[in-house]
Formats: sequence, structure tokens, C-alpha cells
Amino acid sequence: MAERAQPISPLPGVGAATLVAALVLGTLAAVALRADSGGMFAFSDWAALRFTLTQAVLSSVISAGLAIPTARALARRRFFGRQVLIALLGAPFVLPVIVAILGILQVFGRAGWISEALGFFGLPAIRVYGLHGVVLAHVFFNLPLATRLLLQGWQEIPAEQFRLAAQLNCKGMAMFRLLEWPMLKRVLPSVLAVVFAICLTSFAVALTLGGGPRATTIELAIYQAFTYDFNLGRAALLSTVQLALTAAAALVALRFTRKEGFRTGLDRAIRRWDGGSPAIDTFWISATAAFLLLPLSSVVISGVVGLLELPTQVFKAAVISVAVAVASTSILLFLALPMAAAVAVGRHSFVELIGILGLAASPLVIGTGLFILIRPFVNPTAVALPVTALVNAVMALPFALRILVPAAQETVTRYSRLALSLDMKGHVFFASVLLPRMRAQIGFAAGLAMALSMGDLGVIALFADAQVATLPLQIYRLMGAYQIQAAAGGALLLLMLSMGSFWVLDRGGRWHVET
Amino acid sequence: MLRLDECVIANGDFVLRANLEVADASCVAIIGPSGAGKSTLLEAIAGFRNVKGGRIFWDGEDLTKRPPGKRPVASLFQDNNLFPHLSAEQNVSLGIRPNGRVSKDERALVASALGRVGLLGMGTRKPFELSGGQQSRVALARVLVQQRDLLLLDEPFAALGPALKAEMLDLVAQLISGTNKTLLMISHDPQDARRITNKSILVADGIAHPPEPTEHLLNNPPTSLRDYLG
Repeated sequence: MAERAQPISPLPGVGAATLVAALVLGTLAAVALRADSGGMFAFSDWAALRFTLTQAVLSSVISAGLAIPTARALARRRFFGRQVLIALLGAPFVLPVIVAILGILQVFGRAGWISEALGFFGLPAIRVYGLHGVVLAHVFFNLPLATRLLLQGWQEIPAEQFRLAAQLNCKGMAMFRLLEWPMLKRVLPSVLAVVFAICLTSFAVALTLGGGPRATTIELAIYQAFTYDFNLGRAALLSTVQLALTAAAALVALRFTRKEGFRTGLDRAIRRWDGGSPAIDTFWISATAAFLLLPLSSVVISGVVGLLELPTQVFKAAVISVAVAVASTSILLFLALPMAAAVAVGRHSFVELIGILGLAASPLVIGTGLFILIRPFVNPTAVALPVTALVNAVMALPFALRILVPAAQETVTRYSRLALSLDMKGHVFFASVLLPRMRAQIGFAAGLAMALSMGDLGVIALFADAQVATLPLQIYRLMGAYQIQAAAGGALLLLMLSMGSFWVLDRGGRWHVET
Repeated sequence: MLRLDECVIANGDFVLRANLEVADASCVAIIGPSGAGKSTLLEAIAGFRNVKGGRIFWDGEDLTKRPPGKRPVASLFQDNNLFPHLSAEQNVSLGIRPNGRVSKDERALVASALGRVGLLGMGTRKPFELSGGQQSRVALARVLVQQRDLLLLDEPFAALGPALKAEMLDLVAQLISGTNKTLLMISHDPQDARRITNKSILVADGIAHPPEPTEHLLNNPPTSLRDYLG
């Protein structure tokens, strides 16, 4: 294509990407320099590496495998509550990990519903700690994500193609091979890669359900090197390993998510003429719904009592969490919007690469690096909250860009000629075309960032001392102190806060959006 | 007067050459087989596509390097002529100021332009509250307030259906009659070309030919055009 004029400059986005690069790479450099003095890679570190890979592979394969029949069922069935269920599939992604873990323990744990039911038949209780607990929790979080990504793939198959296939009398396998398999071949690798990458950096799940020599992820090992031994060199060495791992995974993810030119089909609800078995679809939909809903309902039920008599430190932690989340979301939008615009107007692979860097760098690695960099100047615990907000924003960046970039690209493709012919450029185009056209996606991204930050239990655990805590950290401490009722009440409060802010922002973005 | 001086316009591997003049205040159809480069020609004139060689002049002024918004050109595209999140009024206002912030006098100008295209009192509606024909009228109102001398139509009414399309073309002809505006419109339908244009540019075999009288061209079509017209 001949070079075309563009209505907006990529420079602010390149600037934002440079800031992110400086933060991520700067902390990594700090880590790498420090790692030199870290000594040898111990036997337990090899075990951590092996465990990290094993659980990530298992989690991504199981999540994606289960997601295929569920997404297919959702794509071709219309039933009451379908919208709610699809919205709910988005929930685990923004669900605070600590809340889900509490719910999973209440359902699948030693004293959980299922173990009790098994005991009724004289069967032994399930053991939820260790590898299967970690994989179970990861599937809980990523099956819905995988389902949504695949469902999106199904819905991007233009309705016209289904009509055409119906007219050609394609059914069953023929339909699958003609329309669905090509879509899966395109979407599935990226789903696997994304879930794998997410599970690699798993910290909170491993912290609560793993642990011990046989179920420690590298992230958790970094934390332990920090808090138990205060061995910065070893933490840095582990961080370097983690970095190599996640960078490789991110590169793979990036490779598999090559964009195709988007094909436009009119936005009607997909109607299909090939029957398929309703019973099988019903099974997958209800099984997935139950798997997601049981732990959540359990938290809600057990939390209601605790909510009435929450200790004041929980409320204090809640206020802190909200403030951190608001700051984090603002930082995120400040970075992500110019970056999305830059990607939309040109092939700025630098900006895209930096955007994915957040996936490659784990929060604990950046946290370790920041700790090393900051310590000579200020007491790291004093800046625990700003650091948490910043790291959360960088962590949300890849997801925000995934949401924002396609919308920005579509807006630029559709309206750049019109805007240029009207001489609308720069901030005018940004403010009066790009932002309004992307409002729904901005709301979604902001809601996501808000909820992710609110529920984050990662870098805060490194930096915080006993005096300061965000709500997830406070809940973790309550769980550790066996104050289960207060923990459940706090978990319900956290659930309401993060889901509530996500809902408000996402809804706000889509309010009265014209097509 | 629009002058394309030895222009070479590339679109991928495809190359279109144009060496022609269009007189002021004329209505010119651009006709030719599909894929012959009609849109490519308009894109070059509007500044969306750089020319590889040659120059484009308007009244002796060199436009070749000017960005689209600084050319005396108003365009109506096949689609996406309006911003869906802005009201009719706001869309038209953009023709006066790119940031849409218009003064009171300019507001009156916008209202009168909407009146001239038959949308009196519909200024606050958004595109999705208007019919296809009304949306085209909003875009035309914006063209009116833009006050550019050269109007390029890349089949903006193609989706409207024959009667409505004819109505819109008549409206265009009526709006520019008596002004000094020059109209260039791509046409797939000889009837449309006959309806409002007196000259036609034939685009075929990699060449945009100089305008000649529409009737003459359509009655004595060269081979490439005859195959297309059938």
C-alpha cells in the first residue's frame, strides 16, 4: 500500500512505550547485575522451574481443551441467561485471586462440599494442595478466559458464511472443517500461549495452594528468597530465570497472535442451521456454569455473616485498595491510549513489543528490581502503595492494549480519510474521534485495570510491612491467622468492590454507544 | 481549473497515468471498467495517495505535496461519511472547523445548510436516527459549508436504490448550479452520468483520458468501455 497520511502522530505513544521500557528494562538490569552475586542455581530452584512449567502446560491445555466444547455450545445456542453467563465468564479474570481461592477451598477443599459429599459415600476427601490444587485454580481462572476468546473467534465468523454453508448443505464435520477448524487453528494457539504465559507468573495461587518443595513456582521462590532469607542475590537470580521463561512465552504468544485483516460481516446474532446435539451443548454449558458459580456462591454465602462484623483494619485496607486501584487505572490509561493510537496508525512494532513486555516481566521481578533500585534512597516500605499502583498498571497494559488496539485500528481505518479531508488532526482527532469511538473499549479496559489492581496480591506482599496492607493482603493475613469468618467477610467486600467498579466502568463505557 | 500534469499514480503493482485538464464549474463523470483505477484517481486528487510522478495543479497552484485537509477538495466516500457519535449538526460543523467548535454565526450557517438539503430541524439527530438518504443529505450539507471548489463523489449514493440515488444526484446538481464548483463523480451507471454531467473522463487500460462530452463518449464507446457497458 502506498504511504498514506495519518490523522494522528505516533510520537506520544512511542514516548509512553519508552517510559514503560525504561521501567521494565531498568528494573531487569538492576536484577541482572545483582544476580551475579547470587551464587549457584540450587536443586530446589530446578524443582521450582520444573513445577512452574508443568503446571502452566497442564493448566493451559486443560483450560483450552474444556473451552472448545463450551464456546461452541455458547456460540450456537440461544437461551435465557446466555448474556449473563457470558458476562460471568469475564468475571474470573477480574476476580481477586484470594477470593477465588477461598471459594475453591470451600468447595473442593478438605472440609469442602465435595469432600463432605464423598465422605458420605465413605470415600476419602480430595487433597486440594499441591499440583492439582494449583492447576484446579488456574483452570478456574483461565477456562472462562479461554472460552471467551474462542467464543469471540466463533462470533467473528461472519454470519453470511454460516448462511452460505447452510445453503451448501454443510453439516457436522463438514461445517467444522469448512468454517470452525480454520478459526480454531488461528485462535487456539494464541489462547494456549496466553493462558500458559499467565500461569507462568502465577504467584498468589502458588502462595496459597502450593508451597513446599514440590509445589513452588519461581515467582513464589522469589518471594521466599525475599521474605524468609532476605537474599536479594538469590531473588535476582531467580528473577532472571523467570524473565527468560516469560520472555520466551511472550514471544511465542506474540508469534501466534498475528493479526489478519478483519473481515466484516454484519453484526447480527449468529444463526445456524446445522443442528448439533442440544444435550451435549447443555451439558457443557451447565458444567462450566456450575464450576464457576459454586465457589463464588460459597464465598458470598459465607461472607455475608462476616461482613456484618468486620474488623476496622479490613475497612482501612479497603480504602487503601480503592485508592491504589484508581491511581493504577489512571496510569494505565495515560500509557495505553497513546500507545494504542500509535499502533493503529502504523506498523510500530516497538510499541507493540513494549506492550507485551508486561506479560514477559512478572510483577515479582519488577518488584525485586524496584526494591534494589529504590533501597539506597528511600525505605521501600514507605513507597509500597505507589509502587503497587505502578506495577499493576504495567501488568494490565498488555490486556488493555489487546482491547484498545483493534478499536483504535478500526477507527483509524474507517475515519482517517474523512478526518484528513476535514483537516482534523492531532489532539482534535484524538479527543473528538478516537476517544468517543473507543469509549466502550476504554471503559472495559479501565474496568479491567481497576479490578485487577484491586484484587492484586503480588508486589504488595514484597513491599508492605505489618502496618500497611491492601485488602487482598489483609485477607491473606486473616486466613493465615485462621480468622476464617473475618477473611470471608473481607473476601465478600473485595468481591463487591472489584466487580462493582468493573461493572460501573464497563457499563459506563457502553452507555448509549451509537453503532 | 484542475490540471493533472503527467501524473503517475501507483496502487500496489497497478499504475495509472493521467495527463488532463478539467475546466472550472464543470460536472465530470469518471467512467470505466471495475478495477480500472477510478477510485485511485480520486484518491490522488484528494491527497490520500501520493503521486509517483507528475504534478497536480489547481488554478496554477501546485497541490502535489499538500495534505488532504489543505486542498480545495471536499470528498464523499462510498461509506463512513459521517461520525456516528456526533449529531447531524456537529457533523456539519466539522466542515467549518475541524474541532467542531463553531461560533453563533457559524451555527446559523450550519442550520441553513441543513435546511438547504431538506433536513430543517433534524440537526440534533444522530446518524443512526436518520435514514440512508438523510445521512447522505447531512454529508452534503457538510460539503456545502466546507466551501471547497472541487467536489469529489466516490459513489456515495450507491447503496441507496435507483430512485433515491437519482434524487440525491439531482440535489447535488441543484446545490452546485450557479456556483463555481467543479464536480468529479465516479459512475457505474451511464444513466447517472447522463443525468448530471456534461463531460466524462474514461479510465481504462491504466490511463485516465482527458474529459470529452458524456453523450459522445457513451454513444461511441471505445472497445474497453463497450465491453464494460455491454
